[in-house]
Amino acid sequence: MNDSTVHSILIVAVSAIITALLRGLPFVIFGSKTPKFILFLSKFLPYAVMGMLVVYCLKDASFTAFPFALPEFIAIAAVALIHLWKRNTLLSVAGGTVFYMLLVQFVFK
Amino acid sequence: MKRKTVKAAFIKSLPVFAGYIVLGIGFGVLLGKAGYGLIWALVMSVTMYAGTMQYVAVGLLSGGASLISTAVTTLLVQARHLFYGISMIDKYKGAGWKKIYLAFSLTDETYSLLCDGHYPEGSNPHWYRFLVSIFNQSYWIMGCLIGNFIGTNVPFNSKGIEFAMTSIFVTVFVEQWKSTKNHLPAIIGVISTAVCLAVFGSEDFLIPSMIVITVLLFALRKPLEKKAEVEEDE
Repeated sequence: MNDSTVHSILIVAVSAIITALLRGLPFVIFGSKTPKFILFLSKFLPYAVMGMLVVYCLKDASFTAFPFALPEFIAIAAVALIHLWKRNTLLSVAGGTVFYMLLVQFVFK
Repeated sequence: MKRKTVKAAFIKSLPVFAGYIVLGIGFGVLLGKAGYGLIWALVMSVTMYAGTMQYVAVGLLSGGASLISTAVTTLLVQARHLFYGISMIDKYKGAGWKKIYLAFSLTDETYSLLCDGHYPEGSNPHWYRFLVSIFNQSYWIMGCLIGNFIGTNVPFNSKGIEFAMTSIFVTVFVEQWKSTKNHLPAIIGVISTAVCLAVFGSEDFLIPSMIVITVLLFALRKPLEKKAEVEEDE
């Protein structure tokens, strides 16, 4: 194995270990006796976090230059509408992704 | 373990099946184009098992990033997982040995399926969540491998494929919105993150967003809890 392969293995290992630690840490710290403020957070965080994740997905959209994040906003509206209409997550996810790919590959080039 | 539980977990996991196959293909294609073959796709999807971070890791790998910058980047990109753990502590209580895998496999998408705490009546919630988590990771591994194969063998325009992740979160957001009359936490999440993105830029906004969300939730603790009580009484 050459040096750059070893370095690549180490990159994957470091990233995997830190990810696992971040995922496990809350359970290790608060697992045995959960403080009240954590219970409060666990009740309301899911709603706030999902809002955060939707915005997070827009982080690389281009807001200040063409296409002004239009493909993203149009496709998000489409996903929400398809979902409100059929309430079928599989359809919303697959339909939304294909729609967005068509938008960025053919409409907003 | 009941068959009913397996079936319910499988059905619950289907949207992530679609999302993960598509996202996994996107990752596998990128990784393949960067010169890393099937074994890398397999090891990364099994040990890291992280959508966004694996996309970022392709850049780290092909750029030959230092281990320090790998560690810092991972911490910044993955810090949001602390939130997921915090939300699931109570729900995963009593899961026994399954808790280790439940915690390890708590990705954005698995979290989005399980964070409402629902499980089918008559099923063991821990087995149900364990199965949903395992199904999800198996889709992810499949997607990464298929994509890696395509990426190294078939020319294909995958531009925009990453939107599968956005679509999953939007549908969960809509579901959550319809499930409660208390929209304040959702609005706090959207607005805090949008403001932090505008202020701090796309590289550094996640951690400020998490701080602002936590502070705002605590600041509004009384009205939030009051509203929740009213809703439960109805």
